[in-house]
Order: sequence, then structure tokens, then C-alpha cells
Amino acid sequence: MSAATLLALPDAVDRALIVATQAGLPLVPRPYHELAEKLGIGADEVMQRLTRMQERGVIRRIGLVPNHYALGYTYNGMTVWNVPDERIHLLGPRLGALPFVSHCYRRPRYLPDWPYNLFAMVHGRSRAETDAQVEEIARLLGDDDRGHAVLYSTRILKKTGLRLAGRGD
Amino acid sequence: MDDIDRAIINALQDGFPVCERPYAAAAEKIGIDEAELLRRLAALREQNTISRFGPLFHAERLGGALTLAAMRIPQQEMERIVALVNAHPEVAHNYERAHVFNMWFVLATETEAELLAVIQTIEAETGYPVYNMPKLEEYYLNLRFAV
Repeated sequence: MSAATLLALPDAVDRALIVATQAGLPLVPRPYHELAEKLGIGADEVMQRLTRMQERGVIRRIGLVPNHYALGYTYNGMTVWNVPDERIHLLGPRLGALPFVSHCYRRPRYLPDWPYNLFAMVHGRSRAETDAQVEEIARLLGDDDRGHAVLYSTRILKKTGLRLAGRGD
Repeated sequence: MDDIDRAIINALQDGFPVCERPYAAAAEKIGIDEAELLRRLAALREQNTISRFGPLFHAERLGGALTLAAMRIPQQEMERIVALVNAHPEVAHNYERAHVFNMWFVLATETEAELLAVIQTIEAETGYPVYNMPKLEEYYLNLRFAV
């Protein structure tokens, strides 16, 4: 880990703020004041720390995440693609720009068993819709698609979430 | 869910202000008042239409180590291996997927060294290789859905 990354790590007060907002932002007119009271610090400090954590990227954004199942997006496929390493930095952002792709990452190959280096999660309201999304990605990649697969989840085996609150200093 | 609910969901997916009366500021942009925004958000949360409202954290930047790992488990061995893998508290999510690589789990630890140690332990306990597939590059992450 680089020195810059270490410097950017949240301190004890940041962590307390993270834990206090894990269940969400309070639904009261002055939510940052309520958090401040809980933590025993000033509201200005709460707002400053939230702003700074956003600037450092510890907080990606403050906002709303809809329950995509409740909205009808019940078909989620992990699509994996074998694309040329020298072009992946161009292709990754193009896949990410598609409205139905929620995550797009480069991950390592394990040849010959696992040739795929580009992962993109797609979401649709039906199997036909996700199949069409996979087709659209394949068309977009053209000759750079050296093979792909779609891994639909068949069962949740465990879901506990990340244990952020348990992390001490 | 009506048009105002949809407008709220779409608007707040893009961000939420940090100021003294953030709901009032966000409501004004949507064209409703603060009390109505608070009332509707509470109802949407109650109906489970919202899975999260608040700061969204970048897990890796909170100081821990994180990876995605995959295994290829013969169907008749699945339940035995699931129990062995899930017994590790470092396993946060675990999904079965329709593929030869049929088990996919997220490992979260304090350090990189611990990640590798857990992987080695799981390999020793189960007798199957664990394919460590950490994120090498993030091109996009968004949980935004237009409604």
C-alpha cells in the first residue's frame, strides 16, 4: 500500500461516522446535526468530514440505491469476456458506459481454464432482456470478443455484507 | 410508486447535498417541499423500494483487503464445500452460479497477507483450488437504475 493511500485512511472519528451512517442517513430535516449529536462533535465537523471523505474517494457518493429486485430487475448476469490485454483499457470504459452495466472490472485470467479478463454485471427485467444485453456487448466488442460466458446466479449461499463496523484501529 | 416517487429515486441516485437542510435543498430541485420528501423517502424505505440511502463507501479505501474468489466444485460435493467455505467469517458473500466455475465468493480481511492465508486454508480444507480474482482495474461502478 502506498504512503498516499495510508494517509487517506479514515481516522477514529471518520470510522464512528461510517458506523453511524451504515443503516442510512437519518430522515429528519437536519440529518448531519443529528449525527453530530450522536457522535458528540459539531455539525460543521460532520459535514467537513463527509465532504473530505467524498473528495478522497472513501465515500463514492451520498445518495440513494434503489432495490433493483423491487423495481423488477430480477435477472442479474455476471458476463465475462476474453479481450486483448492491450485494448482492455479502451474496452472497459465502453462497456461501463452501457446503461445496463452496473460494475465493470478487469480481473486476472487463469489459462487455460479461465480465459476471461473483463467482467461486467448486467441487469434486466427478463431473461430475454439480459440475453439482448449480452448480444449488445458482443456487437460492441466485435473482433475483440475472443470468447465470453454469462454466469447467472442460481443460489445465494451466504450474504453477510462486509464487516466494516468490526474493524478496529 | 407514482411520478413523484420516480423523480425522487432518479434525482437522489445522482447525489445528495451536504448542508444544513439537505432535504429542503434536494426537494426544491424536485419541485416538492422538505416534509413531502421526508415522508415519501420513509415510505419508500418502508416498502423496501430503496436498499440504501446515505453515504456509499468505497470498501477498499476503508483500509481493508478485498477479493473475489472462484472454485470449481463437483455437484455431489457442493453442500460439503459450501459448509467449509462459509464457516470462514472472512467470506462476506457467496453465490452459486451456473457454470463449471460454480462457486463465487467475496473475501474481506484487514490485510492482503490475511487474504492469501484464508485462500490457502480453504484450499487445504477442501482439497480444491481457489482462483483468486482480485479487481485489477475498475472501469465503472454504478448502481443507478432509471425508473
